[in-house]
Amino acid sequence: MTNFTKISYKKDELNVELSKLFKSLLEKEVVSGILVPSKQASGLVMQTLIVDPANADQVDPFAPVIPVSSAKIASSLTSNPSGKKIALVMRSCEVRAMIELVKLNQANLEDVLLIGLDCFGRFENKEFFKLKDQDFSSEAFIKAAQSGKTKTDGMEITEACQICTFPVADNVDIRLCVLGTESDSFGVESITDKGEKALGEIGLTGNDESGKRAEAIKNIIDKRKAELKLKLDEYNEKSNSFKALEENMAKCINCYNCRVACPVCYCKECVFVTDTFRHEGEQFLGWAQKDGALKMPTDTVFYHLTRMTHIGNFCVACGQCTSACPNDIDLTLAFKSAAIVSQKRFEYEAGRSLDEEQPLTVFHDDEMVEVTGQVK
Amino acid sequence: MSEFNPKIIAFFCNWCTFTAADLAGTSRLAYPPNLHIIRVMCSGMVDPQYIIKAFLNGADGVLIGGCWPGDCHYINGNLKARRRVAHLTEILKQYGIGEDRFWLRWIAASEGNMLQEVAQEMTEKIKVLGPSPINIK
Repeated sequence: MTNFTKISYKKDELNVELSKLFKSLLEKEVVSGILVPSKQASGLVMQTLIVDPANADQVDPFAPVIPVSSAKIASSLTSNPSGKKIALVMRSCEVRAMIELVKLNQANLEDVLLIGLDCFGRFENKEFFKLKDQDFSSEAFIKAAQSGKTKTDGMEITEACQICTFPVADNVDIRLCVLGTESDSFGVESITDKGEKALGEIGLTGNDESGKRAEAIKNIIDKRKAELKLKLDEYNEKSNSFKALEENMAKCINCYNCRVACPVCYCKECVFVTDTFRHEGEQFLGWAQKDGALKMPTDTVFYHLTRMTHIGNFCVACGQCTSACPNDIDLTLAFKSAAIVSQKRFEYEAGRSLDEEQPLTVFHDDEMVEVTGQVK
Repeated sequence: MSEFNPKIIAFFCNWCTFTAADLAGTSRLAYPPNLHIIRVMCSGMVDPQYIIKAFLNGADGVLIGGCWPGDCHYINGNLKARRRVAHLTEILKQYGIGEDRFWLRWIAASEGNMLQEVAQEMTEKIKVLGPSPINIK
């Protein structure tokens, strides 16, 4: 069912070859549109919905930046399906978030051809955008990353990426592979029948060897696992009380950017902007009375704990919350930590499978007796 | 120093546990006054936010009382409560609020005596634990 086609490219022509691939998907009418990161006239790389092959020259899918999680964009594209086939080019974190959104009925995979990207990590938007006028080459980044170096121009990939153990996207139809491929080549791999059919239509039916791919994937995952353990142990040790959490979140200004950026924050209307939290002046004065003073804005820790209970089971640790924070609060670890304990409790893993039911949507009479410890 | 008197916020379901509290009262089964009872229609309507808010505002313990599985007036509200409690417990644990401060118990309308026991047991336990870390200045 899987086949692997090796595509070689000349120096500085990775995007040219990728552009040919996307163009033929459109020309052969395999799909009517492709959502793929592309260079804009401004020089910035943004997700772009391309419907005309003539506009596919500027694609740059491996640019190490995710301005907005594509899962969110895919949700707006697919939750009210157009009936037309579209291809979504996404990294693992985005695919995993998308799967959770599908289960929440906020996205739909029916007319979608999912194309996963191998991922070495991304840079923070703010830092990457500073480079727009310089000549940043995704190709050079990939080549350096293949030999283990992700630091470029003084920037390092985000903390979320450094602890990410999913460099390869699962649950996709097609994969664009750069992990462990020979230099000056990338791989196009079909994973599902749907993917194989699509690649067949554009004549990519190769049966090439994937080289040292398995080994390269294992290496990067092992390295990231060690990093994850290190960072989490450190976080858990120092953040073991409400007070510590309060200190971690001390810079929070209730802008709620983190929940806007979060691909799996699913509420249509966040409770923190409803009347529930629109208190009267007298109420605040009453609270201030308790200790003689009240830090404003209020409810910051309350907000973050609520978000942990809402998305603990769905968090894919993409790090968009940290990227969106104007005050650089390290939210990724706080949420990853909550995600680990939540998902472990229910033997669930966000984005692992479409068939696994989300933990708080199912319940049985005779389960989890240990919660109350009572037996009739 | 006066003896530590824990403040326990208790969310009792209207149909079972609150009725049990009523029964305990009419049967003259005294239980500690540390429980501050909030009557809710179902344990399944206790939003995790209520619990977080209670702890952030200084509750030393939170008790949720619901009907036994199979007896829920709304068929399965208590089963939803159980999963939510299991989830929230994991998160609160990380930040110093252990399982011993956050209880879910099934207490049927006829179990006034059990309500008395649970109230006593929880109050005693929290007295031993001491004040919630958030109240320690």
